[in-house]
Amino acid sequence: MSPSEQRSSPGMSEYRRREDSITLSPVEEQLGDPEDGHAAGRTQELLTLNFGPHHPATHGVLRLLVTLQGEIVHDIKPIIGYVHTGIEKTAEDKSYWKVIPVVERMDYLAYHFNAMAFCGAVETLLEVEVPRRAQYLRVIQLELNRIMSHLVWLGTSALDLGAISMFWYCFREREKILDLFEMSTGARMHTRYFQVGGVAEDIPPGFAAKLRGFLDEMPGRVDQYGALLNSNEIVLQRLRGTGTLDADALLELGVTGPLLRAAGNAWDLRKADPYCSYEDFDFKIPIGTVGDNYDRFAVRLAEMYESVKIAEQALEGLPDGPHITDDRKVALPPRHELATSMEALIHHFKLVTEGFRPPPGEIYYPVESPRGELGCFVSSDGSAKPARVHMRDPSFVNLQAFSHMAKGGYIADLIATLAMLDPILGGIDR
Amino acid sequence: MPDATGLELIAQALREAEGGDGTSGSPVLETVFFRGRGTLLVEPTRIGAVLASLRERGYTFLASVHGVDYYPQEPRLGVVYELLDMRRVDRITVKLRVASDVPEVESVTPEWPTADHQEREVYDMFGVRFRGHPDLRRILMPEDYEGHPQRRDFPIGGEPVLFTFNERDTMGSPQ
Repeated sequence: MSPSEQRSSPGMSEYRRREDSITLSPVEEQLGDPEDGHAAGRTQELLTLNFGPHHPATHGVLRLLVTLQGEIVHDIKPIIGYVHTGIEKTAEDKSYWKVIPVVERMDYLAYHFNAMAFCGAVETLLEVEVPRRAQYLRVIQLELNRIMSHLVWLGTSALDLGAISMFWYCFREREKILDLFEMSTGARMHTRYFQVGGVAEDIPPGFAAKLRGFLDEMPGRVDQYGALLNSNEIVLQRLRGTGTLDADALLELGVTGPLLRAAGNAWDLRKADPYCSYEDFDFKIPIGTVGDNYDRFAVRLAEMYESVKIAEQALEGLPDGPHITDDRKVALPPRHELATSMEALIHHFKLVTEGFRPPPGEIYYPVESPRGELGCFVSSDGSAKPARVHMRDPSFVNLQAFSHMAKGGYIADLIATLAMLDPILGGIDR
Repeated sequence: MPDATGLELIAQALREAEGGDGTSGSPVLETVFFRGRGTLLVEPTRIGAVLASLRERGYTFLASVHGVDYYPQEPRLGVVYELLDMRRVDRITVKLRVASDVPEVESVTPEWPTADHQEREVYDMFGVRFRGHPDLRRILMPEDYEGHPQRRDFPIGGEPVLFTFNERDTMGSPQ
């Protein structure tokens, strides 16, 4: 069957019919004022270009319908939902502590942040106090995760701009972070390390030394990335003055995180509204000036230094004490107690079979993820399963700003802008 | 965070500003103060006015719009607006409830562009229709999908997966 026959096939599904109705053929547009003698009668073509969903520069399965006027981007319609897996629906059918591994898989580069937002919301519902040692251990993991996420962003973005070597350098350091995660949590990705009330286990012997080695090395590595890219004429030309959007427009569109800070607004929840004892650490918020692609690049690069500083301080000042709350109604008892204590066995059994029951209520708990405000909304109806879990994912909201950033620019700048937007489709589609 | 008194003061100010003439009633139905966070339950028809007057009070950033299903309670569907005041670092939640037989709410997208995709998601997942939304289509599910999967009575599982070989059967088109 030829493609044209396939199009007109009567058995074709409504879905395919709609897909085929998108015209990719040129649309003629009258150029200039017909009354004006100069441009009268001249027409030009608007070309609709389908971009993605499987395109290496879309950082996942993002589909863009781009209307082009020559090389200038006229309009962009993002089409999403290709990796929608219904995680929020799945979460409603699981007891609270079993939700943690599924929400970790939303934004797959910021798994600790997803878990932090969810655990924070449930802890607020339960009014559980998290021990200070657990908070510091969380901070170490969160900041390592932020560096890791920025490394993947930097490597893949540089790849989009034509610099392949950056990818290998970034993934070399990312590998070291994943090794650290493996050592402290037992898994490299989607670690399920964060628990309601604390973290799953204390750091093993030797972890501190290995982490210190990494933290000593990392600033030098970021220097090298900067040296490679900041004096690269091609990178500078593609980033400077492209995709500019000012802070007011970004706030209207709900954009947070490095994109907003690049436009000069120093909004960072770690400073503005500290959670998880971020108020104990001394760090700076890097901001940009004009909000173009270069500022976005520079802000994220500078954030890696700050994350190293936070992790160093958390490691040096790591308080003694338990790594998880001793509230037996929330957290599992230590393994050794099970052999000697009847109560411990009962608590273990109740927690594993049924889980805990938070009081009815609704909580929105925001944290600063590598991409902006990641808020977890948890609604409890008093049962052992959440009635609703919703993630306000920064990628999902930030994507709305993309067409505003790229409109009126060249199609080549669209790639750079998308790279600097840093969308994670797992988080967008959930 | 506004404390419990601050929340009541905001609610009172909204009542006076919006329902002062005594004909249309109060826009604030209920205030909830839970775990240090204030929530205003408002009349669905007045959401635009309430958000506008909260914006005047400094809550200029709409952080999130999301839906909740309170099945089997009625009015069943909820839409939650999380507002943020970046200057005073203060958050307030505005919530409305609509019945599932006519789930219609005024869209806030014309005033708050960030609500665009989020309202589409609420429509997609819960079936709440936003009047005045510029482009109210499904966003995460396929456009010809039937039902609203985040509703509590929507079953889990049993969904056929669309591949090329079973496309005609799964999409239910005439053979």
